[in-house]
Parts: sequence; structure tokens; C-alpha cells
Amino acid sequence: MKNRLLTLVFTLAATGVTTLFLASCSKTAAGGITPQKMTDAIHAVLESDRTVYTRNVVNRLQNDEKVIKASEHWKDDKALPLPAQMFRMGAEMVQAKNAGFTYSLLSKWPVNQQNKAKTDAEKAGLDFVDTKKGAENYYAEETLGGKKYFTAVYADTAIAPACVKCHNEHKDTPRTDFKLGDVMGGVVIRIPLE
Amino acid sequence: MRRWKTWLLFGALVWVGGGTLTYFFGYADDRRFFIPGPTTHGHYQIELKCDACHTPMMGVKTDACNTCHAAELAAVNDTHPRTKFTDPRNAELRTRLDADECVACHREHRPDHTHAMGVSQPEDLCFHCHQEIGKERPSHAGLGFKTCATAGCHNFHDNTALYEDFIAKHTGEPDTRERAARLIRVAASLAPGAKPLTGADRVVPAGIVADQQLIYEWEQSAHARAGVNCAECHQAGDTNKPWIAQPSETSCARCHDHAVQGFLGSRHGMRLAAGLSALTPTDARLPMRADAAHRTMTCNACHGTHRYDTRTAAVDACLRCHDDRHSRAYVGSPHQLTWLAELAGDAAPGTGVSCATCHLPRELHRVGGHDVVRVQHNQNANLRPNEKMIRTACLDCHGYGFVLDALADRALIAANFQGRPGRHLDTVEMVVRRLVSEASRQTTKENQP
Repeated sequence: MKNRLLTLVFTLAATGVTTLFLASCSKTAAGGITPQKMTDAIHAVLESDRTVYTRNVVNRLQNDEKVIKASEHWKDDKALPLPAQMFRMGAEMVQAKNAGFTYSLLSKWPVNQQNKAKTDAEKAGLDFVDTKKGAENYYAEETLGGKKYFTAVYADTAIAPACVKCHNEHKDTPRTDFKLGDVMGGVVIRIPLE
Repeated sequence: MRRWKTWLLFGALVWVGGGTLTYFFGYADDRRFFIPGPTTHGHYQIELKCDACHTPMMGVKTDACNTCHAAELAAVNDTHPRTKFTDPRNAELRTRLDADECVACHREHRPDHTHAMGVSQPEDLCFHCHQEIGKERPSHAGLGFKTCATAGCHNFHDNTALYEDFIAKHTGEPDTRERAARLIRVAASLAPGAKPLTGADRVVPAGIVADQQLIYEWEQSAHARAGVNCAECHQAGDTNKPWIAQPSETSCARCHDHAVQGFLGSRHGMRLAAGLSALTPTDARLPMRADAAHRTMTCNACHGTHRYDTRTAAVDACLRCHDDRHSRAYVGSPHQLTWLAELAGDAAPGTGVSCATCHLPRELHRVGGHDVVRVQHNQNANLRPNEKMIRTACLDCHGYGFVLDALADRALIAANFQGRPGRHLDTVEMVVRRLVSEASRQTTKENQP
């Protein structure tokens, strides 16, 4: 009887300590970094990686040194994936890992219509970064599927001639007058708040 | 007194019921009693292996589908991966089609709600996300959503042979090519230091006596020519190990891992992969020959135990069991004539069309910087939807438009392609019209001041 009582007390105590510990961890995490700071940091990595891939891999090897082509059908054509495809493949991989955030590359003039804005925050965000010509980012909170999200939209700018050429000439493009430096779309990053 | 008896009866029932459940779930092989309804053609072979898909409380295991299908979906660049549906931006769409799990579209044990490809959603499910397609692509205006996947245009998962630019590359092709472009297998090469073997070279432990016929068959095989001695299969490659009288697929996998993995993923080998006994023709839902009832589907069922003649495995082995209309109609078909011509030496190697040419196609793999031709032993990898077969088999000999028409003609398939397609699909023409329109748009743009 005494042993049973001791076991019960010990179990309750352990549960309480664990709960307090987890709660304190959660507070530290929430207090340590804001969602905006987090999305800004994620975007800095995403943008840098894609710029490196676009300039130092695709543009260098395809346009400057003419070693290999980049193609939308990179597997069939034994070519490099396009920078936007590289970006999307990473986004899918991150989502499959359930990493605690999601990101996507959207546009008001998407080659694939599935990549146009769907939610109100996406629509407002793409308009905002386009109007501000990428000088400011867009931040909002939105509820999707009953879940609250912090949503950030960053301008996606044409950084290489290849971006402009490909989008202007693609048979599915709804816009054909992009110029170098134009805002072509936006990177949307979401973090669940609950 | 009466209350005491009631409790005794209740206890006895609980004991018997609990014991029965424990027996069936824990020990008994025959669990047919628990199957809630007929299983689809893809899974019925393993329906008695409940835990292949289900948790102990009969939920569906999270990774049950991925265990067998993930690699295949990744290889074809799945057009609708799970991540498309779990993306929060598609939350609104999920209220209409909650397809974040495979079972959302592939519910098992519900034959009344299941149609082709084991799909348990209505055939016009594309509507949920693509209702704007008529505006986005005027060529699609007015097309019914039931026709997306049934008119030789799109598949839900695998569109590697159906995307627009691929079709554009194959416009204007003749029905039949002048020369087949089939991959040629390279004969097995000798390992360093090895030499072709004869019966006199065979090494077996003392006391093992082999039939002269078996020794002769091995001498004629690619194994003997490549210097593969008895121990490689019968002693796991080590003459100090115990003798295995009847090597299983595990032995084959020591050298033919890709082939064995394909076999285990196929209808032929999926029971073995699930830890069940090997498939027999009596288990099959397709018509099988009555005199094949005793056969068991292992590697040796098609390849023989010592000859390993791939030509036998390519046709004769199939027709020893399969007795459906399509299989029977192979005899005398234009495809069989090409095969017989190749066997007779009247046609170039690689021009004959056997059962295996289409159902166990050769694939080009890049291994360590070298091209390697392998046979895909998972015949389901290119079976359904049959557009999967376009790239792996049909286009080797036929033009794209002809292939689409032929694959859409069920009567022609049943007759093993003896005849011509009964109707023509507009797919290639739609692509051509769009290319012409696009070229015109580009020209107009370039001519603008």
C-alpha cells in the first residue's frame, strides 16, 4: 500500500515537473524570437541560396561558359533545374519534414496558374511588394483551415537576364514585358502561431 | 443464485471472445472473417496480412502506402504529392478534397465506391482545384471533368509521358518506326580472374549429388559463361557455408538486387515481400491455366532452376500460367511475329516484341557514370494507368499518336493489338494547335514597333 502511494506521488511529481519544464521552454522560444524575425531570417537564407544558384551555377554554366543548359524538363533534358524549380523542390522537401514553417514562390503573373495568390494575405502581399518595388516587406496574420498563421511576403526580383528571358518567352506566361530588376512575384513564408 | 450464474456466463463469454480475438489477431493465418469487404486488385493478394497496412486496432498505418509506393511516385515526379495538400495555402481546397493521405482517394474494402486504379473518389474530382481551366486554357473550355484522366490526356500521379512539351517532341511520328529503338542487353561479363566454367569445374561439398540434366542446363547458362559456380547460389558465395538445396530470391539478390526488388514490388512477388507464401495461379483474379495451379511464383518460376534462359522467361514462362484473352491472342499477333523472327535470326536483336518487352521493359540506368541496361521486374510499374507504358515500351517502336489511340482501345488491347485502333484521340492535335498559336503570338510580338 505504501509502495503504491509512493509510486502515485512520484508519478504526479514527475508529470508536474515535466509540464513546468516544457512550459518554460515554450516561453523561452516565444520570447526569444518574434515570428517576423524568424521569417526574415528564413528569407535571408532562401534568397541568398537562390541568388548563388542563379548566378554561380545556372547563369555561369548556361549563359557564360555554355557548358550545360537549364531546363524546365531538367530530368528528360539532362539539364540543370531552373532556379525557381530548385526553390520549389526545397519548399516541398521542407514541408514534407514538417519543419514548423512553409514557404512558396507566388506571382501575380505565374507561368503555372496554381502559383497565383489564393489567400487574402497573399493577394495583399503580392500587391504591396509590387507597389513598393521590393523596398518593403509585407507582414500579416491570417487564419487558414481554422489555424492562425504569421505570413510574410518578400519581393522576388529579376536578378539575372535569364529570369526575364525565360518568363517573357514562356508559352504559358501571362506577362511578356518583364525587365531586369522588376518585381516578378513574391516569396511567401508562413509560421503557425498556435 | 441467478446473479452468480449470469456473472459466470458473462465471464465465460469474455474469456471465449477474448481468446478468439487473440488467436485470430496473434496466431492464426486465416483472417478472412475480419475482412470488411473485398479488397482492390492491387491489394487482395496481401489482404490476410492485415498488419501490412493496419495498426493493431485496425487503423491505417501512417506509412503503409509509402512503404511500397513512395519510391515509384518519387521516380515519376508525382504531380500531386502530399505536400500539395498539406500546404496551409490550400486549406480552403482541403475542405472540398482532403487528400493529405493516400486513403482519401484510395479507400480499401469498398468495391461499391471504387473504380479504375483503386480510386474511391468521384471521377470528376479534378474539378475541385482546376475549375478555372476553361478560362486559363481556352482549348479546355467545355471539356468534362470526367475526361481529364480517361481521354489519354492526364494522370493524377504520373504524367511523365503526357506533359505538353514531351508530346510536342513526338508530333508527326509514323504509326510504326522503320527501326525499333529497343535497348540491347549486354552479355554478363567475367569477373576479374574468372573463366567460363564447364561441368568439370563445378565445386560442390562432398555428398551432394546433382542430376546430369541440371549440370547440363547450368553449363548452357549465362551463369556458367560468366564463371558463376554452384556455391554462389547454393552456399551464399562461400564454400564453407551450409548447402542450400533450393535457393530463394535472397540468393538471387546477392547479384541481381535490382531485379529482385522489382519482383518483390510486383504482383508476382508482393506476397513474398509481405512475408506470406509465394503466389500461386490459383490465388490470381486473372484467368490462369488450370494445369498451372501447382506453380509457385518465385524467380525460378520464370527463369527455371539452372538454365536461366531469358528468352524462355520472356514469353513461354508467361503463357504457362496466363490464360486471359490478351495473353492468348499474343500467339499469331504482329508482336509475336517480330519475336519469332528475332529468335530465328531473321531480324536484328532487340527488334522482337515478347511479353517482357512491354511488361518487364528494359531500362537505362546511370550507375557510377556508366550506362547500365536493366530489366524492370515490377510489371506493375508500367501497367496501370497504361500511359505509363508509353515511354518504357511503346515509343520504342511506334509513334506517339498511334500509341495513345491504341492504349485507349480496350478491345484492341484484349486482341493483343491484332488490328487498328478503333478511334482517334485529339491529344496531339491539341498540342500542335497550341504550338502554332504560340508561334503566331511570338511573331506578332517581335514585329511590334
